[in-house]
Amino acid sequence: MRDYTYIRSEKLSISFFLHKKTVVLTLALAIASVAALLLSMAMGDMRIAPMDVIRALTGGGTEEYQLVVRTLRLPRIIAAFLVGASLAVAGSILQGIIRNPLASPDIIGITSGASVTAVAFINYFAGTVSILWMPVAAMIGAAITAILIYSLAWKKGVTPIRLVLVGIGINFLLASLTKVMLVMNPETTAAQAYVWLAGTVYGTDWAVVKTIVPWVFIFIPLAFLLARNVNALQLGDDIASGVGSAVQRQRFVLLMVSVALAGAAVSVGGAISFVGLIAPHMTRKLVGPAFGGVLPIAAFIGGLIVVIADTIARTAFLPYDIPVGVFTAGVGAPFFIYLLYRNRNAA
Amino acid sequence: MGRLLPSNLAKIAGLVFGLVIMIAFMLSSMKYGITPIRWSDVFHSFTNYDNSSNEQIIVQTSRVPRALVAAAIGASLAVAGCLIQGLTRNPLADPNVLGINFGASFAVVFTVTVLSVTSLPILTGVSFIGAAVASLAVYLLGSFGRDGLTPLKIILAGAALSALFASFTQGMLVLDAQGLDEVMFWLTGSVAGRSVDMLKAVLPFMAVGWIGSVWATRHMNVLTMGEDTAQGLGQRTIVIKLIVGLIIVALAGSSVAVAGPVGFIGLIIPTIARLFAGSDYRWIVPYSALLGAILVLAADIAARFVIQPSELPVGVMTAVIGIPAFIAIARKGVVKG
Repeated sequence: MRDYTYIRSEKLSISFFLHKKTVVLTLALAIASVAALLLSMAMGDMRIAPMDVIRALTGGGTEEYQLVVRTLRLPRIIAAFLVGASLAVAGSILQGIIRNPLASPDIIGITSGASVTAVAFINYFAGTVSILWMPVAAMIGAAITAILIYSLAWKKGVTPIRLVLVGIGINFLLASLTKVMLVMNPETTAAQAYVWLAGTVYGTDWAVVKTIVPWVFIFIPLAFLLARNVNALQLGDDIASGVGSAVQRQRFVLLMVSVALAGAAVSVGGAISFVGLIAPHMTRKLVGPAFGGVLPIAAFIGGLIVVIADTIARTAFLPYDIPVGVFTAGVGAPFFIYLLYRNRNAA
Repeated sequence: MGRLLPSNLAKIAGLVFGLVIMIAFMLSSMKYGITPIRWSDVFHSFTNYDNSSNEQIIVQTSRVPRALVAAAIGASLAVAGCLIQGLTRNPLADPNVLGINFGASFAVVFTVTVLSVTSLPILTGVSFIGAAVASLAVYLLGSFGRDGLTPLKIILAGAALSALFASFTQGMLVLDAQGLDEVMFWLTGSVAGRSVDMLKAVLPFMAVGWIGSVWATRHMNVLTMGEDTAQGLGQRTIVIKLIVGLIIVALAGSSVAVAGPVGFIGLIIPTIARLFAGSDYRWIVPYSALLGAILVLAADIAARFVIQPSELPVGVMTAVIGIPAFIAIARKGVVKG
């Protein structure tokens, strides 16, 4: 087994089995992500040389550069990265436990639930309540919807297919509700809601970053700890129970992890589609289905897609600042189509 | 075997019963609405048309086309959904997997915002072309490689290209807020305000699709046993999959051309049809056609009454009526993964 290496401690009873290619790829993606973050901070209405960006980050350079880099661009870019990473991890978990290639955070109602409450908020409360509460409204919508879908799918346990079918049904219902609100309301709010539905990280400041950071740094490591459960669940309920998994409990816990991540991402970035669906597929095409390896790579790929997309979205059509959701597919889909073509003879 | 209707006789009786319900809904669709119309006016408008009677004019110019369009797209989308679920062997698939709605929406939004054309008949043609081109691209991309078209590859290809088209569409709409206002009526999907001529324009495609899907049922039964089994039984799976793909494009493409992107019918109706008809496509296809037509007709009638004097988009109403049934069935566990 030359593809693998292992780390073993003589004193403690710890041993890791590492897939070399996965490790190399993870490191490469980490470096690429740092590079992308720096480049993204350099680009914009005001172009800043990458060396000046680093100087501004470390506290040097002119005050103007410090303001642009540290107050305006850095929070937005970090938020974009975290949103992408959360969606990708949430999608990977879901595709693992539901065992359907069409599964994504949309399917368990995160996006549609958050969209309904966010659009309702824009339509009915925007004038009276501070817009800062909108992420909260979105998060509540996402959580309620996920719980509703899970309980409707419950009948002496939840099977993946029932979960997905109920999820699809509820999704359509909520999407219709959103549509009704858009059709029945004045065009100004409709346009604002449309931007939210496309997904945007426009105007993100440090306060917003602080709301998403705890979710990401609690739940992504938690997902990593639970990775071996996903590996078992991927084999099917019967085999998973056979190898000793508490199938129902593990599925519920993993589902909640996924809801927490996707909910946090959607509340910050709006209904950014595609990342949660495609990033996991890209990852599996690169490293195969073993979940411990999938997770970090999916997180980096998701983060990269959203950061690159947002960089294009805010620079390509100056002075317009296009919602990032418009470009996530534009950036991700061509690469995915290339992977699909490259792997065309794989099973 | 269907759980509800175990014997062939019961299934035939079910079809006849469904046909009666469908006709009843079509007639109700001509009678009920904002303008109250008596049954006698409905019938006289067919037997001896009086063009001085407002009621009869409304029936003939507005309500009859509407009922026909609703029944036609309901049946077409449902059958297209059946076929795509068989082709991908995935109960979550609907004609949208081939990128049909996204391709059509892209073409229409491009025509409205960039070329500033808003005439409905032209948009019909444009959206059909958009749907056809998108699904052809998905089909090609899903067919690369040694194994040809596999369920997983077509789903992935469809997801990628759909997202690409959707993002182009969103981009155009975000850059052009006025355009958003103009195409919103199309993007929500509706069976109102469509003339018989628009239906006539796509009727040849629909008819070919209907006849083709009846022909395809036997082959679908074999194909759903799996690629290897089908080939072992002597089926030329590549040819069958290509023809079924074309049928889906004809059916779903012409539906979206007439009514805009009405989602969801192609997804839930086949699931409901299996409850009655079991797993034999020779029964699933006719049941889907009937149930699809009934659902859209019922939804369209209900949509006229919920928020009088205006109307809800028919897609919203299909969701409100269809989803509870769909969830109940999903909970019963009739569908197998």
